Amino acid sequence: MKNYADQLFRFLFQAPVETSSYALIWYGLFIFLVAGALLFFAANFAGITSFVERRIAARIQSRIGPNVVGPQGILQWVADGIKLLLKEDLIPDRADRFLFRTAPYFVFSGLFTAFVALPFGFGIVAADLNIGIYYIFAVTSLVVVGIIMGGWSSNSKWAMFGALRSAAQIISYEIPTALSLIPVILLTGSLSTQDIIKSQGGMPWNWNIFHSPFTLACFIIFFISALAEGNRIPFDLPEAESELVSGYNTEYSGFRFLVFPMAEWANLWVIGAMVSLTYLGGWQIPFVSIETLSGSPWLILLSVAVFAGKTSLVVFFIIQIRWTLPRVRVDQMTLVCWTYLAPVCLASIIGTMIWMLVFPWESMAGFVIRVIMSGIGAGAVIFYIMRIRYNYLSGKAAYEKMKGIPLWYPFWRLP
Amino acid sequence: MVPVLEAAVISYINNIYRMFSSITEGMAVTASYLFRRPATIQYPNKLETPLEEQLPDGYRGILQVDTRFCIGCRICESTCPINCITIAVEKDAQTGERFLTAFNIDISKCMYCGLCSENCSTSAIYHTKLFNAVTQDVEDLFIRFVDHPVVLYKLPRESDSKDIPKDFYGAIVKQRMKGQAHE
Repeated sequence: MKNYADQLFRFLFQAPVETSSYALIWYGLFIFLVAGALLFFAANFAGITSFVERRIAARIQSRIGPNVVGPQGILQWVADGIKLLLKEDLIPDRADRFLFRTAPYFVFSGLFTAFVALPFGFGIVAADLNIGIYYIFAVTSLVVVGIIMGGWSSNSKWAMFGALRSAAQIISYEIPTALSLIPVILLTGSLSTQDIIKSQGGMPWNWNIFHSPFTLACFIIFFISALAEGNRIPFDLPEAESELVSGYNTEYSGFRFLVFPMAEWANLWVIGAMVSLTYLGGWQIPFVSIETLSGSPWLILLSVAVFAGKTSLVVFFIIQIRWTLPRVRVDQMTLVCWTYLAPVCLASIIGTMIWMLVFPWESMAGFVIRVIMSGIGAGAVIFYIMRIRYNYLSGKAAYEKMKGIPLWYPFWRLP
Repeated sequence: MVPVLEAAVISYINNIYRMFSSITEGMAVTASYLFRRPATIQYPNKLETPLEEQLPDGYRGILQVDTRFCIGCRICESTCPINCITIAVEKDAQTGERFLTAFNIDISKCMYCGLCSENCSTSAIYHTKLFNAVTQDVEDLFIRFVDHPVVLYKLPRESDSKDIPKDFYGAIVKQRMKGQAHE
């Protein structure tokens, strides 16, 4: 973002910022501007995702969903937010008042600082850190500190159980999350998010996911453990609303409560962006090289759209998983991590190393293998679509005989 | 030792395969619901037809009495488990004609069991499809079906009670229940 700040200064004041005596003030202003833009984006994304998730959940359960506030209920999340802001900020008796009040800040800052290193398009990243991925892992672990603080300080057994489960979860899943990205770092030779995307290409056979069977396995492992990191179903054990009332945030109310679900939904973007930038090619547009991309502002906007589209697909998939799968038990969760994810991940790292030596990225054999791998991926997608069609058709005849109206009612047709 | 190891490896891989196949199938089922029609309707804001018309036949809504067809047998009154029906029949001393002078149903007590309408030989009392018994005052739910005495009905020998028309949309009840949502 620094070059954008320099260009804007030169455009506004016709002078290079390096020689100006206001450089520090200008950069400070620009930092606040970028932080404000990111905060605006994160908050609005969390709100709109909460609405979209409720609509998708409703359609999966044969309902319609919130559709009263605003056209098609699109302002439902604003109404919910205002309602929670107006509520009383209760602190339980004999709670640790200081920790109880500070915990939401930890959750919020741990989540929001991850946005700093996330790219949004070609060259559009708040700070292109050379340790980008490492930084994102480090700061998102802060969310768990906030969860444990909030659960422990509430003086409530449900919140305490939620915090304990969260601790168990983070110990288990930090390891496969980090290990499953090592193949990407091996392939790229860099930790910077922009460099990782630049090393991939626009078409599926240039993505990291289809480099070898090992990276495909690591992609799946990363996806599963990112779900666990983000406390999403099937790994939402800290917030198991059917067992612990609401888990670690049971005792919270008003705005302090609002921070927890907001962080959860904003975390969806972080997960989706991480998945798409590391394995799915990020903002790379098909048939457009990076040299032509850097010259045209319209292509840069298109790259933003491509990145947002890929991320939204991943977010949709995560939401659909939430409304499909049941919650796993605590022992199952740790069992899956230590007996399946971690060993397969370690084997995949070694496998990727050997694969990189035997079939280098530029070689003909490597290219053919990548094309075959993306064919397998496309086959899996087609199989999934055929299963959707089969399940739809299996219920069609009986429904239309009983009701006398067509069953076809796609989700883009709004009620 | 080797067969044990082999079995362990097979079950390990089999577990992974079962995880993928079952999750794919589950995701396909939920995704197919995105293309199906929702089962719910948007009551009361967006209805293509009034909800009373969408209800199935045999729905037990608010009771209605068509006093033109009442024979005054009082079976409904005696079968009612909670005595929410009160009937008064008077006899003219000169002509010997019998009149229905009162037919009151307290809808606020009615439990919609359907015993009265099942036992009625002429289907003078029956359940409509009205369900919205909402008023400001509970007294409004006490429905008087007779304003001035009505001559009792005599069922013709050759006819059948099935010929007697039933108004399932409750025009009489709507008129008699004052000050409520059906207006």
